[in-house]
Amino acid sequence: MAIRDDIADTVPGGADAFPPADGTEPLPPPAPGALRRFGHTLRRDRKAMFGAIVLGLLVIGAVFAPWLTPHDPNAMDYLFMEPPSLTHPLGTDDLGRDLLTRLLYGTRVSLFIGISTVAIGMVIGVVLGLLAGYHGRWIDTIIMRYVDLQWAFPNFIIAVYLVAVFGTGLTNVIIAISLAYIDDFARVARSMVLTIKEEQYVAAARVLGASDTRIMWRHILPNTSAPIIVQATVSVSYAILAEAGLSFLGLGVESDTPTWGLILSDARSFISRAWWLGIFPGLFIVMTVLSINFLGDALRDTLDVREVDGAP
Amino acid sequence: MTSYILRRVLGAIVVMWAVATLVFFMLRAVPGDPIAAMLFDAGDAAAVDALKARLGLDQSIVVQYFKWFWLTLQGDFGNSIYGSRIAVSRIIVEALPRTLSLALLAFVIAMVIAVPAGLISAVRRNSALDNGVTLFAFLGLAMPDFWLGIMLIIVFAANLQWLPAIGYEPLSKGLWPWLSHLILPAIAIGTPFAAIIARMIRSSMLEVMRTDYITVARSKGLKGNTILLRHAFPNALIPVVTVMGIAVALLMSGAVVVENVFAIKGLGRVLIEGILNRDYPVVQGAILAVSAIFVFANLAVDLLYGVIDPRIRYD
Repeated sequence: MAIRDDIADTVPGGADAFPPADGTEPLPPPAPGALRRFGHTLRRDRKAMFGAIVLGLLVIGAVFAPWLTPHDPNAMDYLFMEPPSLTHPLGTDDLGRDLLTRLLYGTRVSLFIGISTVAIGMVIGVVLGLLAGYHGRWIDTIIMRYVDLQWAFPNFIIAVYLVAVFGTGLTNVIIAISLAYIDDFARVARSMVLTIKEEQYVAAARVLGASDTRIMWRHILPNTSAPIIVQATVSVSYAILAEAGLSFLGLGVESDTPTWGLILSDARSFISRAWWLGIFPGLFIVMTVLSINFLGDALRDTLDVREVDGAP
Repeated sequence: MTSYILRRVLGAIVVMWAVATLVFFMLRAVPGDPIAAMLFDAGDAAAVDALKARLGLDQSIVVQYFKWFWLTLQGDFGNSIYGSRIAVSRIIVEALPRTLSLALLAFVIAMVIAVPAGLISAVRRNSALDNGVTLFAFLGLAMPDFWLGIMLIIVFAANLQWLPAIGYEPLSKGLWPWLSHLILPAIAIGTPFAAIIARMIRSSMLEVMRTDYITVARSKGLKGNTILLRHAFPNALIPVVTVMGIAVALLMSGAVVVENVFAIKGLGRVLIEGILNRDYPVVQGAILAVSAIFVFANLAVDLLYGVIDPRIRYD
């Protein structure tokens, strides 16, 4: 880039003599061999390995649920609150439904909500953070005033407020949790942009006549990816906890969608008589969140990201 | 310093105004009509109009907003539209001490667990004890607080029968009745916070122990424990103080959920019941009360930094 810069100054017509950047010039690579280094970390770090295995099993269980279990998640039976047995490995609930089946199907919903909410929140938050950090001035002021307002409250409380406004149900819960994450991502993205936009290669791209949009998307965004990936990983585990909390409170998904939080909520009145109804759904949540946090820590080490402080 | 305090107080008031205004307009902008929730027969047009007129909902939204704002400033949040229609302000005043007692006790329990745990794991670094504390910290952050609450009820209330499972007794009924009802929910709320603090104390102790003044203290021949507790620990606490804002956040959002497990009618329970009943005046009042606790607790924490660590300077 430096050479082109130099030439641009000496050639008549300056930057205009060069065609606008069209993607042929080398982009800053997204941390060389990051994936390979993560593989190394996994082999060395037993916690991360544990996380990867547990998550892998959960995903397999969720995807292949219909083939793994002979039961239907909503099929009722006269075998109410049967303790764990060979036919019902984790027992049955108050309506005679197989708990393991419901938990496996619940994994689908819980993982889907965890990933989709963070994805939506990340896209909105990163775009807002990019705009605020890159343009500065009034755009920055307006966006950051809102982000700071949301920052004053924990994400779960924001989600509860939004459910209070929008109402319950799967779609509304996804909207509520997604919006609750905007501020986290906007802050991370903005702070990255503020440092990156002073880099020489950004100045070089500008000299070459690249548009603001192009500079933001092709030059700045790829370099903000490491902290954003780390933030996203941790957020998925909190989103899963948030969904479980909302569903437990009766503010979550509809009662015919099995999610871990809802299964626990349904089981509340029977837990003293049927311990398995209380223990296993909680264990699914704990194991999932634990695994994601282990992987998140390993990712943070691999990508060498400073701890981002934020209220969960 | 004075201008800093003034600016922060003003900022907190602006945040509260913004929250109140957002809540007012959002609750009115989205579908889900409180009138429909209040009337058995929402199809009766005359009854709908009469009720709208009584509640002032027939006026323009701007007029409604200013009227509502003026009343809210005076602490009048309207009446619950559900059940006995008591004043929302009274519901909140009754709920407030419950939530505050719970959060305070959770904080105390968390510190009692976290400080020794963090110290031990820093001193006996990489020992079995340290690994145990690390495992506890990871588990504490991964466990849903409501699930921990349920487990505590099963063990200590249902099986061992040491403590009551649900409810709340005010402090005026005696220390033990008050405390016994709050211990289990406070543990459920305090555990994730204890996990964060224990890890934080561990890492900041390790950092402080590497500094020069500790080496000096050691070469003076001071005893190990004196160095740890008199020289290292106070400085290791400073980063802990900086996460007190997060403490308020964790404890309050924990209380919102856990109060519902233990049937304690604090602000969290009031908020959730309000949402479930579509009791809009209660929801508004509860959101404002919960938000006020966050905003002013964070303000207090920020202002306290300067007192605790004189190295912090304000511009």
